[in-house]
Amino acid sequence: MLQAGASRAARLAVGAATFGALVAAWHVATATSLLPPIYFPTPAEVWQALRQIAVRGYADGRLHEHFFHSIQLVLMGFVAAVSIGVPLGVIMGASRRAEALVNPVFLLLRPIPPLAWIPLAIVWLGLGDAAKVLVIWFAAFVPAVINSYAGVRSIEPHLIEAARSLGIRGFMLVREVLLPGAMPLVFTGLRLSMQACWTTLVAGELIGAILGLGHVLYQAGLDIFPAMIVVGMGGVAVAGALTTLALDWLEDRALPWRRA
Amino acid sequence: MTRSLTPLEFWVLTVAGLCLFFGVWAIASLTHVTAERFLPAPWTVLAKFVELTRQPFVGYTLQHHLASSFGRFGMGFGLAAAIGIPLGLLLGWFRWLDFIVTPVFDALRFVAPIAWVPFAALWFGTGIGGPVLVIFTGAFPPCVINAHRGARFVEPHLIEAARTLGAGNWQVITEVLLPASVPSIVAGLRVSAGLAWQSLVGAELIVASSGIGYLLVKGQASISTSIVMSGMIAIGIVGFAIDALLQAAEARIRRRRGRAN
Repeated sequence: MLQAGASRAARLAVGAATFGALVAAWHVATATSLLPPIYFPTPAEVWQALRQIAVRGYADGRLHEHFFHSIQLVLMGFVAAVSIGVPLGVIMGASRRAEALVNPVFLLLRPIPPLAWIPLAIVWLGLGDAAKVLVIWFAAFVPAVINSYAGVRSIEPHLIEAARSLGIRGFMLVREVLLPGAMPLVFTGLRLSMQACWTTLVAGELIGAILGLGHVLYQAGLDIFPAMIVVGMGGVAVAGALTTLALDWLEDRALPWRRA
Repeated sequence: MTRSLTPLEFWVLTVAGLCLFFGVWAIASLTHVTAERFLPAPWTVLAKFVELTRQPFVGYTLQHHLASSFGRFGMGFGLAAAIGIPLGLLLGWFRWLDFIVTPVFDALRFVAPIAWVPFAALWFGTGIGGPVLVIFTGAFPPCVINAHRGARFVEPHLIEAARTLGAGNWQVITEVLLPASVPSIVAGLRVSAGLAWQSLVGAELIVASSGIGYLLVKGQASISTSIVMSGMIAIGIVGFAIDALLQAAEARIRRRRGRAN
């Protein structure tokens, strides 16, 4: 235990030192024009770009507006996908009939990556938010279904038999046995869903949007403003990390029996 | 679980599911609930798909678009494997390197591969280099992670045995860690190929002048749903083929391992 703690402290220290060294190396390389300044911004420029977008705004909005707009779209698509996908996966896992009915269509649609739905969504719904939510929904839906399905199938059969012999059926069985048993894999699915959501959102916003982190990236690319590209990428990373942390927190709540 | 289905029941339900899907689609387009240009009938899409393989659209036929996409895919994926796997093995062997590289790697992983598109276009242009960088950033993490994991979980007595026989760092890595982590690496390659294919589509939607993603964008711009759908089908087929190929490789390696033990 003590050793693990010491090792973690060492890891943290080395990690922090590495980041410090990287920023220093970045500063030196750009300040001495070792890296061409048109292509690589200096740390100071990135700081200025961050202040510019936070205070005065860039690409039709200030940083928090872009940030929350993107998070809002991801959450809308994600929640809609999960609230349909997880029940569907559980039903497919619990009933061979439902599986035989739904699975072939699912197998047909699954190999098409969510990003490939973007043009179709644009033809259908235009460049607004509705098209993005649709594509995000699709991106999150597939992993949610697959992992809930696999989660139910991973429950040991004798657990279900024991519950049955105690007279637990129907909704009770789903709530007391199937859902809790499937939960670990369901959360694996949600994590994958969340990643897919961000990838899809950024792609969708790069293709056409009026607000959002992807739109910042697009505008910065157009203006050849590398410092702002770095800010946009940082924004995407922070937003992705925040939603992942939120999922971790939720998993901790949903699976209290796994808490250390 | 529930009792398993008889083959008859299974096939009836499977066919029913497919009929339901295509039936609803066909009826929706035949009765014009939706405009023709929004939802063409399944056979219209199929006819368009065949037509695209014969007549060039935005410069190339469907096969040519796929071929140029596949070239980019191969370069990005190959590069990711060629750098990622050795890096993963080194991380699994040298603790200090793990301490230094892993935090940076984890931080960068939160940036969605698609977010590299503006820099990819700025640094390498929109021809081949830009899309390849985006594919690389998509495919790289699973290569590193799985090689790392494979190397970390090699049985210690194998390493000790190699050490007592006088193997140096280099020999331990190439003769012990690499062969022992092959199953994990191949599993990683499969994940990586899926992400690479997806990133490729994304990159081509945004920056490219040929390729299957470009075909999709141009179909969208001319509001031709049947072209967009044909492109999606082609993407699905190639993605499926790549996955099936790597799955077969994985199964084969597993089987061979099983025999060796």
